This record gives sequence, C-alpha cells and structure tokens, in this order.
Amino acid sequence: MIRALLLFGAIVFASTGLAARVEVLQFDTPEQEATYNKLIDELRCLVCQNQNLAESNAELAVDMRRKTRELILENKSEEEIANFMVERYGDFVLYRPPLNRNTLLLWIGPFLILLVGVTLLIRTVLRRRASEDADIDETRLKEAAALLNDHADKRDA
Amino acid sequence: MTKAAIPLAIFIAMAGLFWYVLGQMNEGEYNPRDVPTQFIGREAPRFELPDLFDMDKTVRSADMAGEVWLLNIWGTWCPECWKEHDYLLHLARREGVPIVGLNWRDDAAEAKSMLNRLGNPFVKVGFDPQSDAVMDWGVYGAPETFLIDADGIVREKHTGALGPAVWDEKFRRYFRAADEGAAS
Repeated sequence: MIRALLLFGAIVFASTGLAARVEVLQFDTPEQEATYNKLIDELRCLVCQNQNLAESNAELAVDMRRKTRELILENKSEEEIANFMVERYGDFVLYRPPLNRNTLLLWIGPFLILLVGVTLLIRTVLRRRASEDADIDETRLKEAAALLNDHADKRDA
Repeated sequence: MTKAAIPLAIFIAMAGLFWYVLGQMNEGEYNPRDVPTQFIGREAPRFELPDLFDMDKTVRSADMAGEVWLLNIWGTWCPECWKEHDYLLHLARREGVPIVGLNWRDDAAEAKSMLNRLGNPFVKVGFDPQSDAVMDWGVYGAPETFLIDADGIVREKHTGALGPAVWDEKFRRYFRAADEGAAS
C-alpha cells in the first residue's frame, strides 16, 4: 500500500514536472486561452522547424508565444494574429499554409504522385495482360492439349 | 540498353543529384532551413530599442533615414557572429559602411565586453532581450544582416556570417552607387 502511494506520488510529481516545461500564462477568459492554444498549435517554430510553438522550447518560440498572448489580450482575432506572423515570417510559419502559387505544389504534390503511381500500375497490368494473350501460340496450344489428352488416356487405361 | 539497366541508371542519376546538392549545401546553397524573407522591396519595419551602452537612450531606425545602412542581428551566444566580427570591423572602418547592431536575447554586460575587447563596428547598438524588434523583422536566427536603402526600403538580406564573397555578390553595389551619387 505504501509502495503504491509512493509510486502514485512519483507519477504525479513527474507529470507536473513535464507540464511545467511550457510557461503558465494567464488569460482573461477561457475563450482567449482556447484561441491561444489553437494558435500555438498551428504556428511553426522557426528555430526547430519541425515543431510548433506549443512544443518548442527554443527561446524564439518562447517570445513568439508571449507575443501571441499579448495580441490575444489586445483582443486581436485569431486571423489577425496569424496574419501578423505571416507578414513577418511568411506562409512557412503556418502548419496549414493557404493554397497559393507558392504552395500549390505542396498541396497537390501527393495527389500528383498518387496519379503517377496509379497510371504506372494500370499500364503495367494492361501490358502484362496483353503480352500474356499474345504469347499463346496456336500450334503449341494444340501440342499441350495433345499431351494432356495422352496423359488422360494413359490414366484411364 | 537492357531493362535491368534502367533502375541502375535511375539510381546513379539520383546518387549524382544528391552528391551535387550536398556539395552545394556545404557552399551555403540550398539551405533547407532558410526561410525566404518577406521584407525585400518592402518598407523596413521601425524599431525603438534601448541603447546597449546607455539604456536611458533610444536607438531608432528613423535615425538612419536618408542613408544606405546595414542592420546586423547578433548576440554573444552566436558562434557565427564571432566569426563575422572581423569582417564587420573591416566594413565599418575601411569601407565606411554604417552598421546598426541589434543585440538579440543577450546579456548586456557580456555584449559590451565583447565589443570592448574585439572592437565595435556599430554606429549604434539596440538592445532586444525579448525579440520584439527581431520578430518585427522576421528574424529567426543570428547573424542576419539587412540592407536598407536611403528611402527606407529593405533591399537585401543575408542569413549567416558576412564575408567578402557575400559582400561582393549582394551588398557592395548599393554602396558603390551611393558613392557615385555623392560624387556627382
């Protein structure tokens, strides 16, 4: 029982340690906090480029989170804050960049590759089927039938 | 060419491509972390920051209006900034280039001691411990150097240490033009 309690305590302690990695920020309303969490989830850290602002401990990410909070407390909308960051860091700062000329390939690229793959697959299958048909030679077919018949006759006998 | 040679040819072509790009990356090209700046051709963002050497004073971007100048983002924590320091000194002292420093997320005492020890290439140094100006300029690493023309438009940006090659390629022409303009 005591050991279980100790273990429980250790787990609770460890998890609070993890939660404390990102600074605790105060907001006026729960809506503001929700907007904040959504934004830092969708904005990219420019230092650790495969992390979002919420995950990153880079110093610039800390400052960008602080700026995000300041803008929220100034009653800026989610879109205004995203635009604020895009003006400075470009579409790259968004994990879901808008569809435009620069990001077109990024958005349709996977579908293009899928299209190429499916086309190749269909072509290969069709070609293989065609070559199988063509390979059947009338005389050899007769030879095979004769062999089979021969074999069948022997078995029956 | 037999069919078996096709995958081999593709493999060799890709290996060659990777080899080439890796080589170019060592030369500073194709940096996958490089984010294209949003500011080329746009009006330079304004800043007002405390002066590193006298926190009661303010360093303003507006002070540089009418000049062709460089904004250099640096910090004592940034190894490449130490590497480019000699070249910045050369630009300031030999070529007469006005450079405004932006000391980013640094300890003021350490920053001052670095400049006192190695020499100070900056006309003025703004102190930005919380990335306020840094974010306005879309900066995400140090060193970064911007060139702002006499009309206050950002004309060039370089990420990483400045050196003669980059200077000749990107920056020199703006100053030559300014010299000629002043002479005529």
